[in-house]
Amino acid sequence: MVDKSQQWKAWIYLAPAIVLMLIFTVWPIFNTILMAFKEGYNPMYELNPAFDGWTFGLQNFIDLFAHASAFTNALVNTLLLCVLTVPVSTMLALLIAVALNSIKPLQKLLQTIFFLPYVTNSIAIGMVFSVMFNIVGDVGDPSANYGVINQIFGTMINWMNLGSTKVANYAVMVIYIVWNALPFKILVLLGGLQGVNKQYYDAAKVDGTSKTRVFWRITVPLVSPMIVYVLITGFIGGFKEYSSIVGIFGEDMGAAGQQAHENMNTMVGVIYDALPSGQYGKASAAALVLFAIILVVTLINLKISKKTTHY
Amino acid sequence: MKVVLQDLTKIFPSRNKNGQEVVAVNKFNFEIPDGKLIGLLGPSGCGKSTTLYMICGLQQPSGGKIFFGDDDVTELSPENRGVGLVFQNYALYPHMTVKQNIMFPLENLKGDDRMTKSQMLERAYHVAKLVQIDDLMDRKPSELSGGQQQRVAIARALVKMPRVLLLDEPLSNLDARLRLQTREEIKRIQKETGITTVFVTHDQEEAMSISDMIVVMKLGVLQQIGKPQDVYDNPTNLFVAKFLGTPPINVLDGEVKGEKLYIGDVAVLDVKGAADQLVHVGIRPEGFIVDDNGAFESNLSNVEVMGRDVSIVSTHPASQNPVIRSIVDADNKIAEGATTVKFSLKPHKVFLFNRDTEERVYFEVK
Repeated sequence: MVDKSQQWKAWIYLAPAIVLMLIFTVWPIFNTILMAFKEGYNPMYELNPAFDGWTFGLQNFIDLFAHASAFTNALVNTLLLCVLTVPVSTMLALLIAVALNSIKPLQKLLQTIFFLPYVTNSIAIGMVFSVMFNIVGDVGDPSANYGVINQIFGTMINWMNLGSTKVANYAVMVIYIVWNALPFKILVLLGGLQGVNKQYYDAAKVDGTSKTRVFWRITVPLVSPMIVYVLITGFIGGFKEYSSIVGIFGEDMGAAGQQAHENMNTMVGVIYDALPSGQYGKASAAALVLFAIILVVTLINLKISKKTTHY
Repeated sequence: MKVVLQDLTKIFPSRNKNGQEVVAVNKFNFEIPDGKLIGLLGPSGCGKSTTLYMICGLQQPSGGKIFFGDDDVTELSPENRGVGLVFQNYALYPHMTVKQNIMFPLENLKGDDRMTKSQMLERAYHVAKLVQIDDLMDRKPSELSGGQQQRVAIARALVKMPRVLLLDEPLSNLDARLRLQTREEIKRIQKETGITTVFVTHDQEEAMSISDMIVVMKLGVLQQIGKPQDVYDNPTNLFVAKFLGTPPINVLDGEVKGEKLYIGDVAVLDVKGAADQLVHVGIRPEGFIVDDNGAFESNLSNVEVMGRDVSIVSTHPASQNPVIRSIVDADNKIAEGATTVKFSLKPHKVFLFNRDTEERVYFEVK
């Protein structure tokens, strides 16, 4: 314990960090909560008192959840994408990590290849993906260019152009997000696998354990802390999905012709959309709802993982 | 089940292109009789663990054969050999309870060997009783002491009733008191089950105390096999003589001339049957008799009283060790202020080894 008379020194050393955090982290959070409850708030008011006229209330939240609103659509999109992509990408990442861990030659090279998407800009990757799915020419015209994916599978599916179905849109998004989420998960899980004592596998081998049983009874429990970490960060990242949609569908956040209440927009997208039009109250309310959802899901995750990770 | 090793060899390839390959085990030939406890003994890096892993099947020999009884198991994978292995650090699955750990090998059984849950439980509790951990069945390994973990590991190895039980440095992770207790325990379990057991250790005291037979190894080459006492009383070469025994054997420079052993210029012992040559003279600490008429005289350093025995520490110009340590009965009185002490030697505690080959030079002991 530092001498009481010396403690002011500690505060001075900490001051730069504390001041910066107060200005750029604590105050914005506080202000967001405050703004979410201001009805008819105009940010110009801070400069010009003539824009006064807001009152406290829940109208921002009520507006968010209004029938067929952009927000409820985005909420469904976000939840669906999370539920569809996080378990799939985690499972795939685990299988790839186990495979990578069990091969000796070229392991480093393959590791690098699998990690490449992580160091590549997701908007850029998104554009490449959208080219792969895009139809150039008239939809339904057999002479149009139906994109690489359709070429490979010999199909004429309208993935993301005018008149495409929501299911097709989701398929594109799920494929892209899973692919994009793999490298980080593989890296974390591979690290976990390499930390597992090889003797457990020798012991299992002496006991004649089959490969599937080794995977489920030994590998999965032993890397379960990493799996939980990957799941939690995966869900948090999934709820904040935004740039991948922009990457695929562009700033309209949906296929051509889709309205705001039926496009592929996500919750973060709604928040960003609200800002340029000065709807700070609505954006803040949406941010609070997103925060609440992430908090609840993470708590549930932690609760379940405490029961299923063993040590 | 007797275990026969025939010309067993393991060569590890070198890591870099021009480096030397390592011969970890070199042409091993020995037979482990059925139902015995065998200690593989040697300094670290002598290939004893490699030998154990080859018997187990986790490592493939580069040459030679392994038989369990009359079955050639050289090409079989570990699970088909019917071996139980206890790892040095136990390798208990940390996420399973003791019960689950012990039952794990049984759950892997397939076909006709498949057991019902209640049969497995019965078998698990049976071995747990044998190693006296049946009251710890619902704990996790992390909640057990080192000695208890060791027992769980043994129970897990025993539960599928292996033909051969293998233990890799079973006592090295235990503290001194527990080590004594556990080695008795291993001996008891081995006797009760009658399973042929091979264990690896670098601790000669541990190996001597519980083994029916010990196998002394050095740099991948077998040195000597035999009952612990026989090997101690009759080492075939200088390495074995030096490796066994605490305190270690005293080694001096000597020479055989006309069937007499000379240390320095003094003839200290009649060695009938030994040819003239330069030798290493190995004398066990208990091979000295304090004797005023004794021929071997050394410079007294100090006397350590240990109750029952007295340890006399002295020096001699011909000694290869810094000091000569002799253990004699406490009744022997050393005059106070004495600077030298005279000994006569017990002929059966004196071993001669050729100076160049370090092989034993035998002489007639009356």
